[in-house]
Amino acid sequence: MTNDSTLATELKRDLISLFRQNNGILETGSGRILNLYREQAFHDFDRLGIPSTKNEAYRYTPLEKYFQGNYDVELNANPFKYDIESIFKCDVPDLDTHVVLVLNGFYYNGNPAGTLPDGVAVCSLKEASLRFPDVFHKHYSHYADTSTDGLVALNTLFAQDGVFVYIPRDTVMEKPLQVINLSHSLKNLRITRRNLIVAEQNSSASIVVCDHTLCNKSYLTNSLTEVFIGENAGIAFDRLQNENSKSTQINNLFVHQLQSSRFNGNSISLHGGLIRNNFYIRQNGPDCDSNLNGLFLCDDSQHVANFVLVDHASPRGTSNQLFKGILDNDATGAFNGKILVRKDAQKIQAYQKNNNLLLSSAARMNTKPHLEIYADDVKCSHGATVGQLNTEAMFYLRSRGIGEKEARHLLMYAFANEIVSRISIPILKERIIELVEKRLRGELSLCNDCNIHCG
Amino acid sequence: MLQIKDLHVSINGKEILKGIDLEVKAGEVHAIMGPNGSGKSTLAAALAGREMFEVNSGKVTYRGENLLELSPEDRARKGLFLGFQYPVEIPGVSIVNFMKTAINEQRKFKGLEPISASDFLRLMREKKELVGLTTSLTNRSVNEGFSGGEKKKNEIFQMAMLEPALAILDETDSGLDIDALKTVAHGVNQLRRKDNATVIITHYQRLLEYIIPDYVHVLYKGRIVKSSGKELALELEAKGYDWIKGEE
Repeated sequence: MTNDSTLATELKRDLISLFRQNNGILETGSGRILNLYREQAFHDFDRLGIPSTKNEAYRYTPLEKYFQGNYDVELNANPFKYDIESIFKCDVPDLDTHVVLVLNGFYYNGNPAGTLPDGVAVCSLKEASLRFPDVFHKHYSHYADTSTDGLVALNTLFAQDGVFVYIPRDTVMEKPLQVINLSHSLKNLRITRRNLIVAEQNSSASIVVCDHTLCNKSYLTNSLTEVFIGENAGIAFDRLQNENSKSTQINNLFVHQLQSSRFNGNSISLHGGLIRNNFYIRQNGPDCDSNLNGLFLCDDSQHVANFVLVDHASPRGTSNQLFKGILDNDATGAFNGKILVRKDAQKIQAYQKNNNLLLSSAARMNTKPHLEIYADDVKCSHGATVGQLNTEAMFYLRSRGIGEKEARHLLMYAFANEIVSRISIPILKERIIELVEKRLRGELSLCNDCNIHCG
Repeated sequence: MLQIKDLHVSINGKEILKGIDLEVKAGEVHAIMGPNGSGKSTLAAALAGREMFEVNSGKVTYRGENLLELSPEDRARKGLFLGFQYPVEIPGVSIVNFMKTAINEQRKFKGLEPISASDFLRLMREKKELVGLTTSLTNRSVNEGFSGGEKKKNEIFQMAMLEPALAILDETDSGLDIDALKTVAHGVNQLRRKDNATVIITHYQRLLEYIIPDYVHVLYKGRIVKSSGKELALELEAKGYDWIKGEE
């Protein structure tokens, strides 16, 4: 018999020995700064381990059992023998973007460079740690705090590669950047991805991130993205998670905003085994605006958890969070959202809402919106609902000749559309509308982007 | 078209309708009047198939079929329409999408191809004009943020779009000012044909100045206690419902 605590100890011991065995490989080729943070991360992880359900923030997300599986680790980019374009076609074909592919956590070498605006850099994190030491030194691991969450520490410990984006001051990236994260392998894999996005003063960019599994192997992905948004700069960040039922995806997003900057995030969790999203948004200068919306659709025994902390550390900021979930069968979900208004952050307007639809009696949703306010001149609100489809509306639709199935679909779609309609890139919005419709109708094939059809 | 025989309906175990008999023929307009709580809306909801209303006994034949065996959507597909007393707000579902889905579901039921985009647009335009709905309203979500009058106009608009054989209008006049009342009545009158029928449920005689019924029935304590021609409505208006109560 293993009890919780010995399981946690074993998991930690295994991961630490994995690190010790491979530290040399990890450090080779990584820039000095990337390696600089490993030691602190090691101590933090050694202290924290994988968060258990005793940790309030992870109370409804039993991660330990998902870490137990047998996973291989790729410590070097897999030399690709086949043409990636032949197995993956972009799901949003008409989207005019700069496309970047990331395979099993490694920036894919065969990427076409494209024509980026002057001074903009899009490259692998590994390369950036060598080529842009100044920017790297200024931002890398400055926003992701390894001291409180074992998963952040674990990511920093194993971080090697991912995407680096640098937008210099006064630069506007007209075309969106599309980052496509692919998981594809012959064996089950543990994947670490680390991304850094730096948008300097007065710059703006739109970034679309799509996560896909291209086969039916199990993946345990620990992904972490730091976003720095300089004074009066703006970042739009749309993410689409569409992975297979055997995948476990942990996502940490740290957004650090300076004065008068804007962040617009939309997170669409279409499919996955377990998805855990942590969002940390810090308004570190006055007059910032942050919008974060999330939609998650889960059925069978899937689990989706969203954790949000919006930290108003400066005055006159605004923030809006809206998370909506639809859960069917035995699916479980969790929302834990916090608005923190610090002492001197006056004139804040901060809103938070979480609405959930349960389609079956076995589906479960745990939601905990909360406010922590230390300033006295603020406008804040929060709220959550968990309910079923409105029976009055169902009858109204059916009384017009719309069958029960179609009526349910119309109402579910209407519920989801409040989030999808906020996506700012029209073509992407149309495509996501289509995917959400398919998903709600149960027609979304897990590997619909893949030509291999192994699943 | 519709024969109701000794219909008993209850909600949460409480009997509301205690034996209704009514016959409606094609081409006729019937008005059902009665004081609050007499069972008018229960009758409308039971005919439309609202599940919370339990039919205990009785028979309802609609165009030769047992109506009570049909699901609400099949009743609608066979030409029954309920105009709601309190139309439901459905955020996120546009009127356009709602009507297109409804029309295509009804067409599918009849073995027809989905309506073409151009035919649908033409139909929308034509019927919008009939009830004076503006495009800015039809571009919005179903009934969301509509005024009372707009909601009722939207009911008649849907009726016009779906061209039912039998329309049951539940308190369509409640909460309407005189102009909205005239518009709604005009819509209903325009839709009157030899092969369809309308049942108007109302508390007041007012609407019947604009839609002239062939028959007026008074519903009281779950039974139809009086049936007559249109003059009954005027008599009721003059004497009030106490007159009926007194005759009991």
